[in-house]
Amino acid sequence: MFLRLSRDNIRGLLLIAPVMTLIIGLLIIPLILVVITSFGSRSPDGNVIYGFSFDNYRRLLGITPTGFDPLYLEILLRSLWLALQTTVAVIVIGFPLAYFIARASPRYRNLFLFLVLVPLWTNFVIRIYAWLMILRNQGVLNSLLGWGASLLGLPFQPLDLYPSDGAVLVGMIYEFLPFMILPIYTSLEKIDDSLFEAAADLGADALRTFLRVTLPLAVPGMVAGTILVFVPVMGTFIVADILGGRQVILVGNLVQRQFLDARDAAFGSAAALILMALTLVVTIFYTRRFGFGEEIVSA
Amino acid sequence: MPEYAVELRDVSKRFPGPSGEIVNAVKNVSLQIRDGEFFSLLGPSGCGKTTSLRMIAGFELPTEGEVYIHGRPMGQTPPYRRPVNTVFQNYALFPHMTIGENVAFGLEMKGVPKAEREKRVKEALEMVRLPGFEKRRPRQMSGGQQQRVALARALINHPEVLLLDEPLGALDLKLRKEMQLELKRLQREVGITFIYVTHDQEEALTMSDRIAVMSGGRVLQVGPAHEIYEKPNCKFVADFIGETNLLEGKVIHQHGRQVEVLLAGGLTAHAESDQSLVSGQQVFVAIRPEKMALRPYDGAHNVYVGRVEEVVYIGTDTHYTVRLAGGQRVRVREQNDDPFSRPLANSGDEVRVYFDQTPARVLTE
Amino acid sequence: MTKKRSPWLIIAALAVYFFLYAPIVVLVVFAFNSSRTNVVFEGVVNREPCGPFYWFCALAGNRELMSAAQNTLTIALTSTFFSTIIGTMAALALQRYSFPGKTFSEALLYIPIVIPEIVMGIGILVLFSTLFRFINTTFSLPPDARLTMGLGTVIISHIVFSVPFVTLVVRARLHGFDKSVEEAAQDLYADEWRTFWRVTLPLIAPGVLAGALLAFTLSLDDFVITFFTTGPGATTLPIYVYGLLRRITTPELNALSTIWIALVLVALLIAQRLERRAG
Repeated sequence: MFLRLSRDNIRGLLLIAPVMTLIIGLLIIPLILVVITSFGSRSPDGNVIYGFSFDNYRRLLGITPTGFDPLYLEILLRSLWLALQTTVAVIVIGFPLAYFIARASPRYRNLFLFLVLVPLWTNFVIRIYAWLMILRNQGVLNSLLGWGASLLGLPFQPLDLYPSDGAVLVGMIYEFLPFMILPIYTSLEKIDDSLFEAAADLGADALRTFLRVTLPLAVPGMVAGTILVFVPVMGTFIVADILGGRQVILVGNLVQRQFLDARDAAFGSAAALILMALTLVVTIFYTRRFGFGEEIVSA
Repeated sequence: MPEYAVELRDVSKRFPGPSGEIVNAVKNVSLQIRDGEFFSLLGPSGCGKTTSLRMIAGFELPTEGEVYIHGRPMGQTPPYRRPVNTVFQNYALFPHMTIGENVAFGLEMKGVPKAEREKRVKEALEMVRLPGFEKRRPRQMSGGQQQRVALARALINHPEVLLLDEPLGALDLKLRKEMQLELKRLQREVGITFIYVTHDQEEALTMSDRIAVMSGGRVLQVGPAHEIYEKPNCKFVADFIGETNLLEGKVIHQHGRQVEVLLAGGLTAHAESDQSLVSGQQVFVAIRPEKMALRPYDGAHNVYVGRVEEVVYIGTDTHYTVRLAGGQRVRVREQNDDPFSRPLANSGDEVRVYFDQTPARVLTE
Repeated sequence: MTKKRSPWLIIAALAVYFFLYAPIVVLVVFAFNSSRTNVVFEGVVNREPCGPFYWFCALAGNRELMSAAQNTLTIALTSTFFSTIIGTMAALALQRYSFPGKTFSEALLYIPIVIPEIVMGIGILVLFSTLFRFINTTFSLPPDARLTMGLGTVIISHIVFSVPFVTLVVRARLHGFDKSVEEAAQDLYADEWRTFWRVTLPLIAPGVLAGALLAFTLSLDDFVITFFTTGPGATTLPIYVYGLLRRITTPELNALSTIWIALVLVALLIAQRLERRAG
């Protein structure tokens, strides 16, 4: 009797059908195509020759017919390293602000939060452009520094800030900082004030209260933030493209160039799959370890 | 064949439970509810009373059996085509509509013209003593007021039957007492059949013409308040409604309604039963504390010696816990009609406990 | 715990806010630069037409840019419309009904959120290019009738990546939804259809609106997926700006950014007002 589809079953299926069609048709099937493509190779005119070889993956791992070539492994490691640096940096920069907002009086809390969100809604590409203006050789930062130096009568040599790895890191931090602040704020905001009072009552000073109460309770937020930051940093190519001046190559750039410049979709697909595998490993490890909190949703 | 306002014939309801098991919420329930009656479904939570009500309303369909409203089988009829209306436990007022829009909703769905709707909304709000509240919003009103709006919203449609699902559950005690009277008054005024779900036995006893006591998905006893209270037909009903002393024993012999029961410790009890029992059958003698006395009186059928273990003074009455010679512990309730409310006995005193045969009921399980 | 806050915390917070806003201030200030190369600020522009707003007016004459703006809006509005409907339907299905494959559907819905955008982008690119090549050769379509990437493919891709977010937001709203209100409507003679329009939808409207707003902003902001799924005649503003960044940057770009930021601010303020009114 319960095996037959009830009226509710049918309604549920009808309501979910469009989204499932979309996701299967435009996400699952494409992913399968990418996997198939990744085992193929490039024809001289830039099309894909389907086949079944692991050559693209071998090439990514540096195993070439002529010997070991760590070119692509270096790109992978560099991307991981940059993602790690960015994540740590946004936690360090974002935590104080999240804490400040969570502890602000409720009247201003929404305003402060709103102020974090506003830059996020200006366009991603426009935000990079702003940093280009600031960091380039005769840009805003160097002009200000030069002006300051002349006031003090010091000699000034414009700093070579752009293009560089550092510029890419700053760009990434700027792009993804709000994605760390929001989830940390969400976990901190949930902490009951009485917990702080209890900690103080039990003789903990401010530092120990922070280390033993605040920080552990903010972990779910930091985990959610890490997923929201780490994953996109690995795949973002335009920050490196603009602020790295085409010198800094990350996995994202590799994929993009294989598809659009080198027209080697097979190799590009393999690189994209490696990127996806890396980010999935991070996501799964984190969610297994710490759980998938509502923080990620609220952000 | 008499026509009932609502009739349930062998109705059962099974749900798939959260972990795939099957929950028998209602088992083979048959009920006949008469026109114009204030009928209560009484029982502890999970006894199937709300599910039964929801099957009458049409929110649930019976797995087996049939629900009839004024003789018409309801079958798969959806709630919006049933001639009944419901007052929900949490009122379920539409928060995005004004009180006027809430009350008019049913008429609007039925296609009643606006002018008439407004007139009837006005009358309905007057009836529940909330005149002129049309423009308010539900969240601007107190629980008691929302309750009245929910009543007006249901009654304005002149349903054949009004279903009430623990409507007073969320109110505080004083307001609840007031609303009980109010509901009773409204029911007399409109003359509509009320089916009232509650777990509060006192509420059921004060308001209902008849009560059905439910437990474990079954109806145990149906009858007027005094019958349910005075003549419970099973241990559960005796225990659930009011307070009862249950004395375990074996039937010695039965003579008509009169039964002699052998209790533990060799005591003999004289009690009554409508059932026919066999000698040696395991039974309980149920006797209410207020039907027992410590003051001697002539003609008591049962007299036991015991020792007072505890005395609790509660104003109008005093409760005495007495351990009888056979080891049974009973509660005896005596009115404090002495000018100084002096206790009849103190803890540790030896006393005699008296009670008659008629209020002592012999119950099998 | 609003009592005492360490001055260091306030300084740190101010510093982070400075970091967040300095680039935006720079963008806006340079929109008034008199230098066309726009590297060093050489004073406020004051040229005809429009005086200090010279670059803003110059934008209007830029046909490429205007068509990019139009494309961006078309894509955002269309994809928001569809993803709001589809996402709300999915939220209703997941929150209200049990059906075979429900757990699986829920897992699938999370995929667009956790996989890198670039992977989604190339996936859709591979799909459409394979599909279009197949169709074009099978039916040997003439060159002007051949299927190509364009507005259509971008819109579909935007729907795919924004739907799960709409579903999440609407589901959160449905989570606290009191079902007895709907039962009350049905009890008062409203059939399922009328119950939905008169009771369910008005009550979840704030969630649906928030979901739509999120879908809209995601679409406006998207660069990566558009980059891979766009085609001739479907350049969006982010793609256009990206193209400019690699060549030359004039204050026109800053004027455009300024207008963009102003519009976003206005939209956000309106959204907040609406939300406050909805309570």
